[in-house]
Amino acid sequence: MHELSLITNLFDILEKQANDKNAKKIVHVKLQVGVLSGAVPELLESAFDIYKKDTIAREAAITIEKVPLKMDCKDCKAELISNDYILTCSQCGSSNLKTIAGTELILEKIELEI
Amino acid sequence: MTKKEILVLEDLLGSNKKIAADIRNQLSKKGILAVNLLSSPGAGKTMLLEKLSEVLKPDYKMAVIEGDIETERDAERIRAKGIPAWQIMTGGACHLEAKMIGRLFPDIPADLDFLFIENVGNLVCPASFDLGEHLRCVLLSTPEGDDKPKKYPKAFITSDSLIISKSDLVSILPFDIERVSKEALEMNPRLEIFVLSSLNGDGIKELSDYFIQALHKLRSDHA
Ligand SMILES: Nc1nc2c(ncn2[C@@H]2O[C@H](COP(=O)(O)OP(=O)(O)OP(=O)(O)O)[C@@H](O)[C@H]2O)c(=O)[nH]1
Ligand SMILES: [Mg+2]
Ligand SMILES: [Zn+2]
Repeated sequence: MHELSLITNLFDILEKQANDKNAKKIVHVKLQVGVLSGAVPELLESAFDIYKKDTIAREAAITIEKVPLKMDCKDCKAELISNDYILTCSQCGSSNLKTIAGTELILEKIELEI
Repeated sequence: MTKKEILVLEDLLGSNKKIAADIRNQLSKKGILAVNLLSSPGAGKTMLLEKLSEVLKPDYKMAVIEGDIETERDAERIRAKGIPAWQIMTGGACHLEAKMIGRLFPDIPADLDFLFIENVGNLVCPASFDLGEHLRCVLLSTPEGDDKPKKYPKAFITSDSLIISKSDLVSILPFDIERVSKEALEMNPRLEIFVLSSLNGDGIKELSDYFIQALHKLRSDHA
């Protein structure tokens, strides 16, 4: 359960953003969470709801976009997409794969009231 | 009152990554090789460090950072071997973070050869946090079963080496070393695999040679 620690980092970024923009409050937060990010979206949501009380984001809703794993096969150039870890290329069987997406853990955007 | 949408695109692990990169950079300049040991509770991390210290101590200076939720026990075991050790008690947190290592940094002697970091026993959360190590090693002990790599992919995908520990028990367990090695290599082709026992000493020399080689490479890269 390291999601609480990730949410602590999120609030560091949120507070800085709100400050920079002179926002009254943050009303929406959107994250991108890859299936191989190591974080569980439902746990991030719970941690967010616990942490947000008494912060500038206390009324904020959170949306989490789950990013599937995307890999390129270096041998046959096929693009593979899955919600699981992919070991081999479904087209040619090669295990020579390169990860393109699916490990991210990103604050994509926020909505502020100014 | 106006509403405004702002594109941020900031990594939630960005601050950890930054501190980790700084730690790695400073250690590299000092010629200290840092190793992050990951495993589930009880896979044999501390006992491996005790055993490694016996092999390395005559020729190399090592120190250990121990991460546990509670108690100084693991650090005391290492100190009993005559090796400097710091205990980080996370007080509930299931993993170490780079800033915890950063706080200890001023205490770490500059003339070390190896800095081993024993992470909190947990095969999930520690995998997400770079500590500034040069090598990440995941231990899988034979009693845990040979089906673990796919169940805990991140620890295996992000590691440089897989240490199959407690090999002395393999004769009485349904643990297939070949199967687990094959599965782990399919997930992460760059994994170096070691099979060892801290109880009877099998395989310890091979692992210590691997660390010594990595130390020489680090020093020649940063010479
Ligand atoms: N048979 C056998 N037992 C071992 C071996 N290595 C460790 N053990 C035993 O496994 C238990 C756990 O070992 P530790 O070294 O404390 O494991 P750890 O990974 O440091 O545990 P945590 O720090 O609590 O996560 C102890 O009872 C050890 O004696 C080994 O190679 N063979
Ligand atoms: Mg231990
Ligand atoms: Zn292919």
